Amino acid sequence: MFSAYYLQIIILVGINIIMATSLNLITGFTGQLSIGHAAFMSIGAYAAALATLKLGLPFFGSLFFGALLAAFFGVLIGVPTLKLKGDYLAIATLGFGEIVRIVFLNLKITGGAVGLRGVPKNTTILWVIVAAILTIFVLNRILKSRVGRALVAVREDETAAESMGINTTYYKILAFGVGAFFAGLGGGLFSHYFQYIHPNSFGFLRSIEHLCMVVLGGLGNIWGSIIGAAALTAIPEFLRASADYRQLFYGAILVLMMRIRPEGIISGKKSRKIPPGKTSAWRGKNKFLKATR
Amino acid sequence: MLQVEKISTFYGNIQALKEISFSVEEGEIVTLIGANGAGKTTTLLTISGLLKPAAGQISFRDKKVDGFPPHEIVKLGISHVPEGRRIFPRLTLLENLEMGAFTRRDKTGLQDDLKYVFDTFPQLKGREKQVAGTLSGGEQQMLAMGRALMSRPKLLLLDEPSMGLAPMVVQGIFRIIEDINRQGTTILLVEQNAQLALKVARRGYVLETGSITLHDKASSLLKNDGVRKTYLGE
Repeated sequence: MFSAYYLQIIILVGINIIMATSLNLITGFTGQLSIGHAAFMSIGAYAAALATLKLGLPFFGSLFFGALLAAFFGVLIGVPTLKLKGDYLAIATLGFGEIVRIVFLNLKITGGAVGLRGVPKNTTILWVIVAAILTIFVLNRILKSRVGRALVAVREDETAAESMGINTTYYKILAFGVGAFFAGLGGGLFSHYFQYIHPNSFGFLRSIEHLCMVVLGGLGNIWGSIIGAAALTAIPEFLRASADYRQLFYGAILVLMMRIRPEGIISGKKSRKIPPGKTSAWRGKNKFLKATR
Repeated sequence: MLQVEKISTFYGNIQALKEISFSVEEGEIVTLIGANGAGKTTTLLTISGLLKPAAGQISFRDKKVDGFPPHEIVKLGISHVPEGRRIFPRLTLLENLEMGAFTRRDKTGLQDDLKYVFDTFPQLKGREKQVAGTLSGGEQQMLAMGRALMSRPKLLLLDEPSMGLAPMVVQGIFRIIEDINRQGTTILLVEQNAQLALKVARRGYVLETGSITLHDKASSLLKNDGVRKTYLGE
């Protein structure tokens, strides 16, 4: 049906959709800037691969195990970094990402610098599609619930949220836990598709890539993240023709995008229930809000 | 209802509250007046758990509450309208109110609370979908108070409700404060506008650089020479 090349792009798009939407939960909705998302992915990738190789778990079990372990580390990183905000949290998550990478680089069981090879190719396009749909479905359910409102309140004004009776500590950890869970799921799919993983597959740049997808798509909008993930996965492939200038174009697209539409392809506020005909007034008011903030 | 005993609160090394004690009885409006930096806001933040007192005790309805996290204190029935309103500007008016009812889980109660808030603040009615940041200052103040009322508090802490509002609007807000009190909510009011605050309150405390220097019936404070000179500009 598809050539192997297109199949690979589609699978990568699917995995990146999982990564971007789950990061959006942490950064876009809860407002916790995280640049260590690839670390959760790597934990899921290694854990799922090792579960298959050493424990002989079925594919589904391995994926779940990887996701669960990533979620555990998500909570673990969530607890000590709770008091940090903005840039400081970003630095802490960056540090966490590097620590995870270096640990994998030095552990024996993960193959160290050689990487882990011989993972069976269990990930099919069907698995990826089901996993992506499941991720989107679960995140949507969470965001439309009471929990979702609490997360948005934490982003908008933590002090005010706290005085509304929202346990901000709990919800921030929850966001990290759930976000990491799905990142781990994406990691498991990744390792069972490429069959070979190396600590450097999940470095700082990968985390930045995820963040770019979220920001390009629109912070605080799940559908935006899907488009962002698809676009930033596919565009570099189409730019392959221009060979040497590829990264240049890629960068230019990002810069242009931020200049023309800083709120992302679909902005978080725009996806909200707006009465018909009010859209333009809404946009104008948004500009006013931005200027006065 | 609320007993504050010898509370001391610090910002780092700076002592903002020096062993202050006061009380609020059920059904009262009590006001704390004082100049900038006297510790009025700090007092409210300490009661609502956003700041932790270094020493002293706070009890609410005979239950010790100092050291509790803010979300627990809200559940006990103390609701705080923070200084500068702190509404969620990018959420709609209705979403803001729903946040105020976060501690409640029953749907029917939510409808009753919404009705109560819209009856108290008729100006907010019909604008449920408006983005809160586009409301006027007075409306934002009403929204902040409405949001706090959504949790059906027994004690409402109001921090500078007159801040940055036109005199006419302030009059309206204070009429509503009296209304809310008449319907059974006890109020602790912090104000720089001492004149207005003392007119609606039953008792008043004067706060100066972290200590309470005067306590009396509000009507007597209004006549007190020192208060008139310092806070009423006469």
